[in-house]
Amino acid sequence: MSLTRRTLLASSAAALAAPALAQTQGKVVVIGGGFGGASAARFLHKMGFDVTLIEPNAQYISCPFSNAVIAGLRDLSQQTFTYAALERQGIRLVRQMASKIDNSVRRVTLADGVMISYDRLVLAPGIDLNFEALPGYDEAASNLMPHAWKAGAQTLLLRQQLEAMSDGGTVIISAPANPFRCPPGPYERASLIAWYLKNHKPKSKLLILDAKDAFSKQSLFTAAWKEIYGDRVEWIGLSGGGKVTEVKAKEKIFITEFGEHKADVGNVIPPQRAGKIAISAGVADQTGWCPIDPVTFEAKLAPNIHVIGDACVGGGMPKSAFSANAQAKACAQAVAALLRGDAPTEPKLVNTCYSLVKPDYGISVAGVYAPARGLLADVQGAGGVSAANASASVRAAEAQYAEGWYKTITQEVFG
Amino acid sequence: MALLFCLCGPALADPLDVSQSPPGASACLGCHGATETELPSLKNLSAVEIEAGMDAFRTGAREATLMNRIAKGFTPEETRAIAQWLATQGRAK
Ligand SMILES: Cc1cc2nc3c(=O)[nH]c(=O)nc-3n(C[C@H](O)[C@H](O)[C@H](O)COP(=O)(O)OP(=O)(O)OC[C@H]3O[C@@H](n4cnc5c(N)ncnc54)[C@H](O)[C@@H]3O)c2cc1C
Ligand code: HEC
Repeated sequence: MSLTRRTLLASSAAALAAPALAQTQGKVVVIGGGFGGASAARFLHKMGFDVTLIEPNAQYISCPFSNAVIAGLRDLSQQTFTYAALERQGIRLVRQMASKIDNSVRRVTLADGVMISYDRLVLAPGIDLNFEALPGYDEAASNLMPHAWKAGAQTLLLRQQLEAMSDGGTVIISAPANPFRCPPGPYERASLIAWYLKNHKPKSKLLILDAKDAFSKQSLFTAAWKEIYGDRVEWIGLSGGGKVTEVKAKEKIFITEFGEHKADVGNVIPPQRAGKIAISAGVADQTGWCPIDPVTFEAKLAPNIHVIGDACVGGGMPKSAFSANAQAKACAQAVAALLRGDAPTEPKLVNTCYSLVKPDYGISVAGVYAPARGLLADVQGAGGVSAANASASVRAAEAQYAEGWYKTITQEVFG
Repeated sequence: MALLFCLCGPALADPLDVSQSPPGASACLGCHGATETELPSLKNLSAVEIEAGMDAFRTGAREATLMNRIAKGFTPEETRAIAQWLATQGRAK
């Protein structure tokens, strides 16, 4: 009897000890399986936490390098990833949309009504395109004038429209005011479309209508456009009348404060905000983005909810896949410390965004960030853009490094 | 051969445990990761060599397309901690 009891006690002690080793106390739910959420899930699971990842799509189609798909330089399959490696790792995948967060009882409700509770929630829903912000541009209009700002069918639609356009046509891209996903993205896109036009439709032109007067890597892009594309590329900024105030999707007309521009192919990159679930959960402020504590990524408006990636207010950090992944790792470290009852340590973060001006011509912008004044602030003296007068071989090296970055990051995030 | 595969397989597929990583170290992994790519690998460098490389990037003694802009964001002490952590994780020699 006593022996049995001792054995039982011993084995239950072992049973208690064993999961403690394999699985640290604490249930983490991650919403969104993009660069931010999938990274957070993998790193938290690796630290021994019980991790559930909520993501409605079986495949993730990545935006970085999707501008090369539009220009016919790359296949969409190179942008497509699955969650098989995450499942193999032991992460619980729930293929549903999260429809509601009840933070007072720490519970997420899924589209099918199932509820999942958490100790801490990591929210990484990315962006929603704001189809209410630009008159004439709603979801139906995006089938005529694609945004291609979420990769997939929209990317292919823009590519098909370019391919169908006759030589001598005008392509117009409209770029939004800050902040938005991927600050250099519209200009990389303009570059690679110009490359396509130069090689396939040399009498055609490209016009960028911009809601701002300055943009990421501007001097590098502008110099390269002049050198490579001559006057094929034209950019009109805010003060030149570049702000688009309305579109007529059927006619492919962009209306600005100064007049009208008719396109043969029109690409509207509309204003954006944090993914809907962040807004409905009350984690976003009136700007549409989620303010966070720069040490823990905990939402300023909701304790226990950590926001990473495009949805958060990243301070100096741009909304990029690199940032989302770097933030995920720093956030995972903080969440682990909090769940273990330790004090989180101050992180340091890095971002680098490569852009292609043509296939063998890469440029980059980088930054190093640390918490300061309640934000993730630029570390002074670090960061900046590629050298202005670099040689062709340096540009070619950066184009190669861009490929290397994409392979490294997608391996880390999706296996 | 099969054994080698078993040893390398999980190490390649699994992310690192970053819970004890010093500030900034996990961001290096975004470019210097588990796979061989167009980017230089740190795998065959010792912690001392990584630190020396970062110091040279920081001062400008070594030319770079990018690393000088990143190295300037880290103090010598922070750099040393990062280099040593990368080595303990098998991402450096
Ligand atoms: C053309 C283009 C080029 C780019 N190029 C680069 C580049 O070169 N380098 C770079 O670093 N970045 C680049 N980016 C930016 C990059 O794509 C984003 O910054 C990055 O995807 C942000 O990651 P995230 O995890 O925050 O969001 P996402 O990657 O968008 O992931 C969000 C995920 O959440 C899911 N989700 C949303 N709501 C819910 C819900 N309610 N329930 C469950 N799941 C939900 C979505 O299905 C999605 O899978 C580019 C972007 C564009 C548009
Ligand atoms: C965005 C990609 C990127 C990130 C992030 C990055 N590196 Fe690098 N690293 C490079 C590139 C590119 C080179 C080649 C030198 C150059 O042109 O900048 C390099 C080279 C190096 C070298 C020299 C390697 C050799 O063979 O001698 C060291 C050391 C190094 N990096 C350390 C680091 C550390 C430490 C971090 C994190 C603080 C880091 N890197 C973050 C891209 C990156």
